[in-house]
Amino acid sequence: MSTHQPSTVEAQLAKLADERILIMDGAMGTMIQKEKLQEADYRGERFKDWHKDLKGNNDLLVLTKPSVIRKIHDAFLAAGADIIETDTFNATGVSMADYDMQEIVREMNVEGAKLAREIADEWTEKTPDKPRFVAGSIGPMNQSLSVSPDVDNPGFRSVSFDEVMASYKEQVEGLIEGGVDIILIETIFDTLNAKAAIFATEEVFEEQGIRLPVFMSCTITDMSGRNLSGQTIEAFWHSVRHVKPFAVGLNCAFGAELLRPHAVTIAAIADTRVCVYPNAGLPNEMGEYDETPEVTAGLLKGWAEEGILNIVGGCCGTTPEHIGAIADAVAMHAPRAVQGTDPVMRLSGIDPVSISTLKAAE
Amino acid sequence: MSKPIAQFINVGERTNVAGSARFKKLIFEGDYETAVEVARHQVEGGAQIIDINMDDAMLDAEDAMVKFLNRIAAEPDIARVPVMIDSSKWPVIEAGLKCVQGKAVVNSISLKEGKEPFVEQAKRIMRYGAAVVVMAFDEDGQADSIERKFEICKRSYEVLVDEVGFPPEDIIFDPNIFAVATGIEEHNNYGVDFIEATRLIKTHLPHAKVSGGVSNVSFSFRGNNPVREAMHSVFLYHAIRAGMDMGIVNAGQLTVYSDIPAELKERVEDVILNRRDDATERLLDVADEYKGQGGKKKVEDLSWREQPVAKRMEHALVKGIADYITEDAEEARQQFDRPIQVIEGPLMDGMNVVGDLFGAGEMFLPQVVKSARVMKQAVNYLQPFIEDEKEEGAAAKGKVIMATVKGDVHDIGKNIVGVVLQCNNYEVIDMGVMVPWSDILQAANDHGADIIGLSGLITPSLDEMVTVAAEMERADFKVPLLIGGATTSRVHTAVKIAPEYTGPVVHVLDASRAVGVASNLLSDDLKDKFVGDTKAEYDDIREKRLAKPKVDRLVTLDAARDNAAQVSFDEYTPNKPQFLGTKVFDDYPLQELVERIDWTPFFRTWELAGTYPAILDDEIVGESARSLFEDAQAMLTTIVEENWLTAKAVVGFWPAARDGDDVQLYEDDTRDTELSKFHFLRQQVQKRAGRSNDCLADFVAPKGGPADYMGGFVVTAGHGIDEHVERYKAASDDYNEILLKALADRLAEAFAERMHERVRTEFWGFAADETLSNEDLIKERYQGIRPAPGYPACPDHSEKVELFRLLDASETTGVALTNSYAMLPTAAVSGFYFAHPEARYFGVGKIDKDQLQDYANRRGVDTDTATRWLRPNLAD
Repeated sequence: MSTHQPSTVEAQLAKLADERILIMDGAMGTMIQKEKLQEADYRGERFKDWHKDLKGNNDLLVLTKPSVIRKIHDAFLAAGADIIETDTFNATGVSMADYDMQEIVREMNVEGAKLAREIADEWTEKTPDKPRFVAGSIGPMNQSLSVSPDVDNPGFRSVSFDEVMASYKEQVEGLIEGGVDIILIETIFDTLNAKAAIFATEEVFEEQGIRLPVFMSCTITDMSGRNLSGQTIEAFWHSVRHVKPFAVGLNCAFGAELLRPHAVTIAAIADTRVCVYPNAGLPNEMGEYDETPEVTAGLLKGWAEEGILNIVGGCCGTTPEHIGAIADAVAMHAPRAVQGTDPVMRLSGIDPVSISTLKAAE
Repeated sequence: MSKPIAQFINVGERTNVAGSARFKKLIFEGDYETAVEVARHQVEGGAQIIDINMDDAMLDAEDAMVKFLNRIAAEPDIARVPVMIDSSKWPVIEAGLKCVQGKAVVNSISLKEGKEPFVEQAKRIMRYGAAVVVMAFDEDGQADSIERKFEICKRSYEVLVDEVGFPPEDIIFDPNIFAVATGIEEHNNYGVDFIEATRLIKTHLPHAKVSGGVSNVSFSFRGNNPVREAMHSVFLYHAIRAGMDMGIVNAGQLTVYSDIPAELKERVEDVILNRRDDATERLLDVADEYKGQGGKKKVEDLSWREQPVAKRMEHALVKGIADYITEDAEEARQQFDRPIQVIEGPLMDGMNVVGDLFGAGEMFLPQVVKSARVMKQAVNYLQPFIEDEKEEGAAAKGKVIMATVKGDVHDIGKNIVGVVLQCNNYEVIDMGVMVPWSDILQAANDHGADIIGLSGLITPSLDEMVTVAAEMERADFKVPLLIGGATTSRVHTAVKIAPEYTGPVVHVLDASRAVGVASNLLSDDLKDKFVGDTKAEYDDIREKRLAKPKVDRLVTLDAARDNAAQVSFDEYTPNKPQFLGTKVFDDYPLQELVERIDWTPFFRTWELAGTYPAILDDEIVGESARSLFEDAQAMLTTIVEENWLTAKAVVGFWPAARDGDDVQLYEDDTRDTELSKFHFLRQQVQKRAGRSNDCLADFVAPKGGPADYMGGFVVTAGHGIDEHVERYKAASDDYNEILLKALADRLAEAFAERMHERVRTEFWGFAADETLSNEDLIKERYQGIRPAPGYPACPDHSEKVELFRLLDASETTGVALTNSYAMLPTAAVSGFYFAHPEARYFGVGKIDKDQLQDYANRRGVDTDTATRWLRPNLAD
């Protein structure tokens, strides 16, 4: 597993990332929301008699309303995104159990990937000097491996590592079949779920004799700088380093302003590229994001100046206008220089521990 | 960025069933709650990694590993450190790796079964993202010589790094520490073999680390801890210099290298480094001299009496020896100009030492309470002289009003906090129990109190505390309000009490925290920050609480009822009790109760963590626990011989039938005339498939079903206690006062247990042939339950009223109920009896408005009254 040959995609992506800050797309969910789709739109012809409500199952739209998803991808690519994310954030057996749609998970991933692939390839053809990439979006699932849902029974788990792993494996296989370039494990609020996703990804790579670049993106959920399962960003990094990610970073939960200290931390410790895609600020009382493209881009421009960014994009609330503004804002800045690191043993609980090797005295 | 640690790492070893008898017992008993505390102790004690090992032939190690890891994942102060998943069985390791979100260490794999499984396991470990301990073990066995140790490690390293791609910095070698000085000549060089192999590994295998189980080396000196500790220290001293990075070590079992007596050090060094042929004999020659307090007869050491009087007083305070204190106080009084100076000088100095030791975790509560007794006796002796001089008393750090709130009568915890505060030179005005808010406010004004402390044990006291806070606000108080007691919590304080009062409100978890809180609150420098931090913390808790989508997903009452347990009466036919109506025990023999005492909660009362009897041998609190236990045994003997306490009980049985969530009772077996009704609550939390929403009524046969029965009881062991409590109070002997109250509580619990046993085997007789040990009884391995009103299965305290009426309990047992339904005397237990084999304890947990309304209707009260009764169970 360590002796893999970098894929051509990885080599191409690495070369581009050396030259400039790469741009990811914005919020799929926000854009879908703007379409004001109704239950019937989600159902389409195929699921018109489905026994569960389907409104809100955004990943299903790749099958029932592909035109909408295509339009969104197209808008982000037009705005200047180098990398677009497939509409497959929740397309796992575990999460789709809410809709009783475990049976079509594989199909969702294959089709979601194909859809993004097609449109990305169209843009690569249009702008050959700016090739476009597809990242297969792998979300955190709706169940946690580290946190008990039963307050009276802290040792209880609603789902097992093996179930989560198998479910992610099905997703990864679908995404690869559909032609993604990148495996993006994102919005990680439970690091153990993410480790199961890594395990699944490595298994698929080994079975298929391939290797794609992997992005790991953590979500800090409280002001003290920890994710939902309690880890600091540095402890998280220790937990996921073994997948040797192409990029590691943060997304969601906060806007750029509040995310900054954590981005600085990961930029200081990661011996790989840093990828950050914040929300458009914090939601207002109505749950809407109202940070303007100028504000978001202005904040991220500052980060680029500081040299802490390799890849940047947007999460909740960010529109093609945001992505366009961000792309313009960082275009003139060099990407963060990736540094190597000392070979110390990096362990973690919810806090990080690093241990140097003692030397024999003479 | 966290800085790498560049020194020897202690791996905690107590969470190991092979290494700790106590941990093993807890795991075997399924007491994960307490087992988690063992891990907590390790981390608090400075372990940077905790080793977890469940390998035991009699244990499902995989299951135990998963349960324990999942359990500690919920404890942030434990989960902060990485775990070492320790097993010789690969499936156990893999099961463990599936539970940890952090980067863990696997302990261990080796070439023992050949290269193929070794490579396979290493690959999987990498995929799970863990570091690994590799034993110096191959197909030919465990390596003992320097050459074999290094050769196997080198081969393992090459396979891992070059073939598997394992990061070399994530490899830890364990080149096997074996026992030396065994009398077998071949073993003499084992210490040197390890140390030199370590040196080779560290020189030739870049970035790899070395670890080992240190206590092995001293195995032949089992029973002689001083020598063992010296051997560990000497061994580590040399091994660390050779590059040993980490070790599984009991940090409590190490002496400082430079502190080892020269003679012992030389002889130990000879053994470890194999410096002379007769090293073992020479160490054996002197070993016994260092054995120390090897459990032999202790001669009272009075050498401390030779010291100057101030030192003697300090010694008496720290050791809690009251025998000489008046004599010393007199001598000191002669030396000082004024008697007050004795208190302000040597006595306060001594108490400061006690306070420091307690704060540092080197003294425990029973010892502190004994210290306070010595202090009080000295002060009592000096008081008349001080008054003669018309001097003011020594300036206290502050005045604290303490009270158990109205409706509640429990005061052990409050008294302990009072003693600890007094030990630290606070003036404590103890208002006793059942104190109405108006009296508390009045006293605070009269005394010019600096702090008010409220205590309570039963759930209705929580509401009363809210009332006190609100009244303090109305009266424009500003002084800090401290909240403590078994049912109180930080969350309740933050969410319910703090919003009622603009002054500082602080929840105090236990007596050991009380001094820190009080001194912060009364310090000019620290107060603002402490108050600000606490307020911010509580605001945060409150906001999270309010913002949090309901954690307990509640189902409707109808849905919960639909998911009731299907308790079967097909194979179980209820039998008829020996008698219907009540049976009274006027003066039950205490001796019969003594042997039924469950001691673990007794130690908990004194804030000594651990399970009896293992606690008596606990390395940390064992000494303190033994001393307390001896005192308790002596007092128990006196209680029984001199009949200090009278135990009274009443039990009763009635024909009964389930009626929804109620149980209908009948006058007699014709079941024509209704006698009364008990009302129960049903769990409403959404359950996993296969789990029922329980209600106690489910365990009684429904109307129209087979003839079933239900029982009730009230027992007390508290009559007669007041006279002795007063006597101790008069002698300023808090220690014995608290001890007596705690023992009376234990006797009452034991009485409830004994009575339940007789109900099962005789009076109701549904388990006539039951034979269980005391331990089985404590673990409740029997048919039927005896839930108590006010506790989780039936949380409404107010049902006691009807229970008492049916049993005529006030008359028959002399136990009275307060307006909050607490029982007086406090050493009393009441409850219901259910016989069905499927009857089990459970917690009702949160209930929703629909059940509140339904319950109010069933009880025939308005919703406000029902809300008051059930408040702790109502969903936010």
